[in-house]
Amino acid sequence: MKKRRFLSLIAVAIMTVGLFSGCAEKTSDEGEEEEEEVYQQTLTIEDEEYYTRFKDKGISINVYNWGEYISAGAEEGTLDVNAEFEKLTGIKVNYTNFATNEELYAKLKGGGASYDVIIPSDYMISKMIKEELIQKINLDNIPNYKYIMDNFRNMSYDPENEYSVPFTWGTVGIIYDETVIDLDPEEIDWDILWDETYMGQILMFDNPRDAFAISEIMLGYSINSENPDELTAAAEKLKQQKRVVQGYVMDEIFDKMGAGDALIAPYYAGDALTIMEENDALNFVVPKSGTNLFVDAMCIPTSSKQKEAAEMYINFMCEPDIAYSNIEYICYSTPHSAAFEMLDDEVKESPITYPDEEFIAENTTVFVNLSDETNRLMQDLWTEMKSAEDETTNKWLVPVFLIGCLGLTVFVLIRRHIKAKKDIF
Amino acid sequence: MKQLRVLSLPYLVWMVIFIVVPIIMVAVFAFTTSDGNFTIDNISNVGQYANIFVHSIWLALIATAICLVLSYPIAFYLSRMEKHKQGTMLMIVMLPMWMNFLLRTYAWMTLLGNNGIINYLLGLIGLGPFKLINTSGAVVLGMVYNYLPFMILPLYSVMQKIDKSVIEAARDLGCNPVKVMFRVIVPLSLPGIVSGITMVFVPAISTFIISRMLGGGSNLLIGDLIEMQFLGNAYDPHLGAAIALVLMVIILAIMTVMNQFSPDDQVLI
Amino acid sequence: MKRLGKIYMALIIFFLYVPIFVLIVFSFNESKSRSVFSGFTLEWYERLFNNSIIMSSLVNTLIIAVIASIISTILGTLAAIGINSMRKVPKSIVMNITNIPVINPEIVTGVSLMLLFVFFAARMNMEFGFVTLVIAHITFDVPYVILNIMPKFKQMDPHLFEAAQDLGCSPFTAFRKVILPEIMPGIISGFLMAFTYSLDDFVISYFTCGATSQTLPITIYSMTRRKISPEINALSTLIFVVVVVILIAKNIIENRQAKKNAVYKGGRA
Repeated sequence: MKKRRFLSLIAVAIMTVGLFSGCAEKTSDEGEEEEEEVYQQTLTIEDEEYYTRFKDKGISINVYNWGEYISAGAEEGTLDVNAEFEKLTGIKVNYTNFATNEELYAKLKGGGASYDVIIPSDYMISKMIKEELIQKINLDNIPNYKYIMDNFRNMSYDPENEYSVPFTWGTVGIIYDETVIDLDPEEIDWDILWDETYMGQILMFDNPRDAFAISEIMLGYSINSENPDELTAAAEKLKQQKRVVQGYVMDEIFDKMGAGDALIAPYYAGDALTIMEENDALNFVVPKSGTNLFVDAMCIPTSSKQKEAAEMYINFMCEPDIAYSNIEYICYSTPHSAAFEMLDDEVKESPITYPDEEFIAENTTVFVNLSDETNRLMQDLWTEMKSAEDETTNKWLVPVFLIGCLGLTVFVLIRRHIKAKKDIF
Repeated sequence: MKQLRVLSLPYLVWMVIFIVVPIIMVAVFAFTTSDGNFTIDNISNVGQYANIFVHSIWLALIATAICLVLSYPIAFYLSRMEKHKQGTMLMIVMLPMWMNFLLRTYAWMTLLGNNGIINYLLGLIGLGPFKLINTSGAVVLGMVYNYLPFMILPLYSVMQKIDKSVIEAARDLGCNPVKVMFRVIVPLSLPGIVSGITMVFVPAISTFIISRMLGGGSNLLIGDLIEMQFLGNAYDPHLGAAIALVLMVIILAIMTVMNQFSPDDQVLI
Repeated sequence: MKRLGKIYMALIIFFLYVPIFVLIVFSFNESKSRSVFSGFTLEWYERLFNNSIIMSSLVNTLIIAVIASIISTILGTLAAIGINSMRKVPKSIVMNITNIPVINPEIVTGVSLMLLFVFFAARMNMEFGFVTLVIAHITFDVPYVILNIMPKFKQMDPHLFEAAQDLGCSPFTAFRKVILPEIMPGIISGFLMAFTYSLDDFVISYFTCGATSQTLPITIYSMTRRKISPEINALSTLIFVVVVVILIAKNIIENRQAKKNAVYKGGRA
């Protein structure tokens, strides 16, 4: 039935390729002209020899990262990190994205796809260590590890610094439209996400761990609670929120908040800053009642076949210029001392990206890995919460429909039977 | 002719490895735990998602019904047009469907948003904004928009074969237009209706893209549930396989029922 | 009645095209807004062409579609010939199994293949990626090839093949001279259908792709899940333009051929 579609698609392909080659040439010319005017970020590498070891060996590595979590040279003057890496080392980077830690876990646990560098968060790292999904990193191959700040070493999820190299960190807070929500930022707390005044204007995390954390904080529980009763209560709270929520999203939030499609959403501080650059009406607060502090770190899966190349990539990400370029683009907080020094003072002192230590100690908690049973329970509660339940009256419709179908079938069959008999005579 | 049978051997091998074995693997996964022991827990756990099943079947049914109602007049009108115009007209109707369905769904995403063009235009005349996206209605709309051609085409191809003289004969024999419709055209187009319904219903009930893009994550369908177990937040391929198995059984049942309606018991797909 | 039909048709066409035209209009929009047009720009096209991820996935999609459709056409043609010469019972069994990927929801096919590949991957040091994608595509393509060819046999005299052999043709020559020309239209339409399906497939690729090979639909999907940029609009516009051009060209060619045929027939009469 799609018989005729072929032609269309062939044409798309041919034309796109044609257009592509034509345009690519054009733009590169233009780019060169403009280069002199625009500030171009440069890349200086201290130890070039280190990076050229694998040149011309046809090696490629698979990098699996969060969406919008690397500088891709989309804006004039910024570095395209992967392209720079390819140029420098001759190693091809296959770069793909995931949206949640759980998605990453599923992809890794499912087997099949093999990745060389992944960037999970804290609790997921300890889970992966436990399940032997990631392997020990040889820090001798990562001289740039020296730049990692002391307070991001020996973290609870990886006490010996054997498995991970911190990439970014940050807190979770609330991003909201201050032109509509005219409140003192000090007063804004998680309960605004349940506020019926903003019915249909609220977005929520589309992953159980982050969503449960919010309701657990509100109920006064630990965000690492393993108590089934507390989890059930938290799920109940999320269920109450459902009617005011416009949608459950992850990175779609960039688009929805940026375009003003929603007024309030909880999200990661770095991304919130990126969105705020786009939409002036937005503001971001980290609620006083507490929040989650996360660290995302680079790891090498056990299934990696290019461990040394992966370590090279991790080291490259820790090059001061690269780390700076990434952090500039993604707006998260960096655990990288040299990149931190390169930032504008304004950013360094921002309470959003770099809250003072007192605040961190008092108001933030880091996720720890939960037991399998707790994860299972949380997942079940989450699915139950998300599935539509306001249509209980419709429960009868399907059986009625099926009976109707059967009835019709029988009717048709009988009629056909009678007809066939008639035809004989 | 016998010696020609050998030619199908490569395909038969392929078929067994890549069609039969995977289906068996789904069944095996559905009935085992991660340690490989036999269990029926997965299947019985599917029961807790009964409301998602009901919701999916319900939305798919509505979408199918709307598609049928919308398509029937189009197909009829198309089939009664002058022959040389039919091809062009059919092309115009089918053309949007040759774009990738992700792009088509994305188009609705931008239209239905709170700041999308529909709410903007409504705002100009002082209405709204309405919550259009992230609702069950948006999901049904997405299904109808995406699967409408699956309904139009089979209906059209059946109606095209209805001889004009049959309709004229019915009229001459004293049938009024309504009677012509229900006594002649509908029965003759039954095979088209049947295959149209299955071709809309099956993709509609199992979609996870439309519900994710237009349903905002709070309208879980069976497809989402399966996807979640394999590549999403809830990693549990055994449960996922069980859900897939149940879905297959439901579809098999519906197909059997639907096939009863087609005249000479031929499978219409 | 006629007028009513026209109005209805116009409404449906409006419904089908408006989302696409809005997409197209906003691909030239200077700002990222989806409701207010603030100025004309070609920036999004420029960015699209500079987007290496889209480019490489486009190339991947084409390569996979070409390979998968060629292999499945060969496999399917041989299979169709073989199946046609089978006895009734095995024939209906094989045909029923062949129908499975066509009838089954895409997500179930995707998931079942994923389970199979995981199974292989764990034991044979295989990786998800190009190979798994090609295998998956062939698996859902072959049935369409077979289903396109099988009806052609019905129109063919089954004894022709034997007659050719009796007249001294080797089985291969008989096949080439007798069977092949008869089923050629089916092979071509099967190939094209397979190619289209491969280009367009999202769901099955989504479950069977690995870290290294992404197809265009998968890239589009991940684009819609992130910061949405009007690049998608630009991509949709290009695809739409190409679709329109091709379809119009095809329509013109068909019309001309139809006219020629008419003239030819007229001349003979």
